[in-house]
Amino acid sequence: MKVRPMKNRSGLHSAMAKPARSTFRGLALLVGAAICAFAAADGAWLTKVPAKDHERQNPYRGQDEAVAAGHRIFLDHCAQCHGEDANGTKKKPPLRSERVQQEATDGDIHWLLVNGNMKKGMPSWAKLPDQQLWQVTTYVKSLGTQTAESRH
Amino acid sequence: MIKTTVIILSLLFTASVTQAQERPYFVTYSHEMEEPGNLEVESFSVIGQPPAGNLFFGSTLEFEYGVKAWWTSEFYLDGQSTQNDSTIFTGFRWENRIRPLLREHVINPVIYIEYENISADKALREVVGHDGAADLTTPNGEARPDVERELELKLILGTNWRGWNFSENFINEKNLLGGPWEFGYAWAISRPLALAASARPCNFCREKFQVGVEMYGGLGDANSFGLHETSHYIGPTINWAAPGNVTLSFSPQFGVNDYSVPHLYRFGVSYEIDQFLSRLRKGE
Repeated sequence: MKVRPMKNRSGLHSAMAKPARSTFRGLALLVGAAICAFAAADGAWLTKVPAKDHERQNPYRGQDEAVAAGHRIFLDHCAQCHGEDANGTKKKPPLRSERVQQEATDGDIHWLLVNGNMKKGMPSWAKLPDQQLWQVTTYVKSLGTQTAESRH
Repeated sequence: MIKTTVIILSLLFTASVTQAQERPYFVTYSHEMEEPGNLEVESFSVIGQPPAGNLFFGSTLEFEYGVKAWWTSEFYLDGQSTQNDSTIFTGFRWENRIRPLLREHVINPVIYIEYENISADKALREVVGHDGAADLTTPNGEARPDVERELELKLILGTNWRGWNFSENFINEKNLLGGPWEFGYAWAISRPLALAASARPCNFCREKFQVGVEMYGGLGDANSFGLHETSHYIGPTINWAAPGNVTLSFSPQFGVNDYSVPHLYRFGVSYEIDQFLSRLRKGE
């Protein structure tokens, strides 16, 4: 069954169209603002890392044993949200992103693990000893930006 | 209803679970919250015998859920069994812990709010006011009608430093049916036996064990604040992150004055299910 469009007899249609258009525009603005806010918040934690933490050196950097140990810790504590391949899940970000792999230093990632990003659902992992946090950092940094799929 | 029950039970027994990293504390709370979305099912038990009283076994079954990274909610079911007496369900508790500061600091406060509806409790999840060994000698039949509906507030302070955890709790409890505010404390220190994780999978690596010391006791009430006629306990404590993602805890504890039960033996088993509600929705 076809629905006939309403005739614009008394200007009622156009009068209704205006609020509809402005509602649409408002919604579009809202969605746009939400996307901007999300995009800004997504990496906003990086801007909060104090300089001394940003520059901290990873005592395990480049050590294969630390990568293996970090992988075990990752599977125990991180994989449930970030995925076993670290490609992220529906709501949680991938760790193979350029932000994590290139923009963030080892010190930045360690800082995030200690403090979390609680408003965004990332808990503090300060309950793990510092050594284990550096081991996880070493593992995460060893992943590179290559996704698990692209390696196959 | 049956389907939901089957799904919950299958989740409990088959779900992939995370390796919990729990502190080996029985009374003291640390500032560390449950990871958001995770459900931890725990059972803590205590065995003791007050002077001139019967041997008792108190137990709680706990469901701890991470609502947010800064908010943990926990529901408890309590029961106890007393030799030459009876085995009874003693009530329930519901508590919420909120972490007001969203970053890790030198001292990290957590606000704890609990409502409890219990009677003839012997789980000894906290000691407040003038709680003592004599309270545990009352026959269940007499103690049971005396239901306590209590509001409990705690200030939890926690510090992590070089692998050590220091936790202090200041406890305030008020029976909503009457009576003064009662006070208590708990503190504990613990550390894993190894700080770095080993590269190879292992069940008995040193980092899987945490050891510590725990102490707690009453501080009187609003009418008689202090240590007079209060009980206190101290003891070493240990836990092991066992295979199958179960954590086992044990602590022998000793009453430090005549007002306390001379010895308590505490046992704990906990099991953590990651992203519980998501799994429940998917029916995994």
